[in-house]
Amino acid sequence: MPPESAPPSAPEHDPQRQRRLVAARAVHWRRTRRLTVLLMALWLATGFCTVFFARELARVTVFGWPLSFYMAAQGASLVCLAIIGVYAWRMRRYDRVYARALEGEQ
Amino acid sequence: MSAKKSYFRRLAGYYAWFCVCFAGFLLALTLLENEGMPRLWIGHLFMFATIVLYATIGVVSRTSNVTEYYVAGRRVPALFNGMATAADWISAASFISLAGGLYLSGFDALAYIMGWTGGYCLVALLIAPYLRKFAQYTIPDYLAVRYGGGAGGRGGPVRALAVGATIIVSFVYVVAQIYAVGLIASRFTGVDFSVGIFLGLASILVCSFLGGMRGITWTQVAQYIIILVAFLIPTMWLSVKHADNPLPQVAYGSVLPKLAKREAQLAADPREREVRERFRQQAAAYGVRLAALPASWEQGKLEAQRRLDTARLRNVSLADVRSAERALAAYPKTADDAEPLWREQRARLLARAQPPQPHAAPFPGATQAESNARRNNFLALVFCLMFGTAALPHILMRSYTTPSVHETRVSVFWTLFFILLIYLSIPALAVLAKYDIYTSLVGSDFSSLPTWISYWANIDKVNPLIQVVDINGDGLVQLAEIAIDGDVLVLATPEIGGLPYVISGLVAAGGLAAALSTADGLLLAISNALSHDVYYKIVDPGASTQKRVTISKLLLLAVAFIAAYAASQKPADILSLVGAAFSLAASALFPALVLGVFWKRANHVGAIAGMVIGFMVCLYYMIRVHPMLGGRMDAAWFDIAPMSAGVFGVPAGLLAIVVASLLSAPPARGSDGLVDYIRAPE
Repeated sequence: MPPESAPPSAPEHDPQRQRRLVAARAVHWRRTRRLTVLLMALWLATGFCTVFFARELARVTVFGWPLSFYMAAQGASLVCLAIIGVYAWRMRRYDRVYARALEGEQ
Repeated sequence: MSAKKSYFRRLAGYYAWFCVCFAGFLLALTLLENEGMPRLWIGHLFMFATIVLYATIGVVSRTSNVTEYYVAGRRVPALFNGMATAADWISAASFISLAGGLYLSGFDALAYIMGWTGGYCLVALLIAPYLRKFAQYTIPDYLAVRYGGGAGGRGGPVRALAVGATIIVSFVYVVAQIYAVGLIASRFTGVDFSVGIFLGLASILVCSFLGGMRGITWTQVAQYIIILVAFLIPTMWLSVKHADNPLPQVAYGSVLPKLAKREAQLAADPREREVRERFRQQAAAYGVRLAALPASWEQGKLEAQRRLDTARLRNVSLADVRSAERALAAYPKTADDAEPLWREQRARLLARAQPPQPHAAPFPGATQAESNARRNNFLALVFCLMFGTAALPHILMRSYTTPSVHETRVSVFWTLFFILLIYLSIPALAVLAKYDIYTSLVGSDFSSLPTWISYWANIDKVNPLIQVVDINGDGLVQLAEIAIDGDVLVLATPEIGGLPYVISGLVAAGGLAAALSTADGLLLAISNALSHDVYYKIVDPGASTQKRVTISKLLLLAVAFIAAYAASQKPADILSLVGAAFSLAASALFPALVLGVFWKRANHVGAIAGMVIGFMVCLYYMIRVHPMLGGRMDAAWFDIAPMSAGVFGVPAGLLAIVVASLLSAPPARGSDGLVDYIRAPE
């Protein structure tokens, strides 16, 4: 059973509008993908470095915490929260750009 | 927009009222306690009041509408959805055991903090928004439609596999939650363990049975508030006590160096060394007995018998006779039974003979290789917990309940935010409680032990949760003389910190809320998979909506009773496998979920291969290595613990999808369009 909401290929008769829609979607998806890759790389780097270099980082102390302990207990999680926040914020902008691209051409 | 805003404002109003009433309730109980109300009554009142509260919310939000029942009408605002997901997420393990784990194993347990929060990046970026755009009811729904295949291209086989994975993972998890409910209820109200389970079950059922997703969402928001208050009050108290700062997340940085100093002091203390030496001797005695099996077993049995006889003959105190009787009864029945038991006891004694490990030191090890193995295991565990988080059906199911894709993204943000309010305080609580115990309990006199120790020691006589015995007979408490079970730490924190008993009741109510809210979500995930995916999509596609909801409710009831029955058997083997649920979920579901969105070429053959092979690899490794399943740790690959089997299962699943997809025909044209649709903004 296909999804209840709008089917994938909307009954568009105007081929030009159809093309624009496809182009706007492609731009949007390219941006989404780039943002996703960038943020996932940041996520991976934070998590991996925190653990892999924990013994080296433990020598650095910030406000009483050994840096590796701080990163594992709070830092890495806060970076994740920031990543999710940035993602939601940027994606909303991309969505608006997309909506404008469709509207402006009507 | 304005309708949405007024809806939000109305909800916020309800919960503000709830908070006020809750604060009033706490205040009233505090006054009553000062007036001399007995402890047991406070425990009863907390249990009763919270269960009635959850049931009331369930009754108020009862529904038999399909969309309301399965996905709360898709109109839960992001903030509240985040709160409900956080309650869904914070299980009994997070609330009760995690701080204890940190107390006992220091840095190593931070893997749970990192893994259980980092996973939300995967949820937010790779899965949740696309699921919301797809806008169906369950996770198997998405996989079946995306991959198709099977009879008539409806994706029967993929759906069946996804349902199987959902049920296995969620069931193991829900049994552990119900077990925790029984434990807390029985400890705080004095009822029998099984009675406690069925009390908790009643409240779970009233809200999920009547209200489905809608009922549990609004209950979970209330439960989150209780969890938060219950966790923060004792932690803040300890924080003020030891660091003069009410923000524990900030304050414990200043306690850490003090703790490290104290640890070093205790490691070098001559009395501590003496106690540890005694443990080493006892362990060595076990070693000798182990070497002399089976003769030593015979001898030990005779000796135990003789000790009992002499105790009876000499007419010593009743307690001594009892303890001799117990020793004989607990003596292993055969020499074969004795071996693993003694081995375990020797290991426990040897562990107690170790000097305290520095709390904040990452991966301490005698050799570089040992230290590296610990680091690799830490990494593997973090990996499995993260990917498992992103594949747990009861969490992913929540991305269907918001009004739009954007709200879903924001909702994941709020989820992690609310989780972090608790999770950032857990390491703080562990450090503060550790410092408190190391400084005020250690070195104190045995004649003036605080009352909470005897209280918690007497709750379970067979396996005491806390044990303080004067090993070297000097009348002072040494750190090595304290054996504490991780699970008791959070529940005992209010008493450790010297807070009134009301707060202890509150903490118990918080633990109960954590277990109940997670159990709610899990039961709904299982019964939805059965009713929506198996019954409606496979058995009887023509069923009316009324019939679907009714079937769903009946299944929920059945699953709940089976889970409660399983939990009442106190299944040690299931409990030890809960951590494994993450690895299984990650291996079976994650590859198919993510590649479904990000790789158009993935087809149903690939999905089936990926789910089966990922799951099998994961299961194979667990059976190969987990001692409980008959495996041996020597057979481990790269010294990875069986719990982290997902570190092999996820790559195997990904690889299987890629290879099998490329070897078979590309997916049907419709699937391309569907993927484009899922990726496109609204």
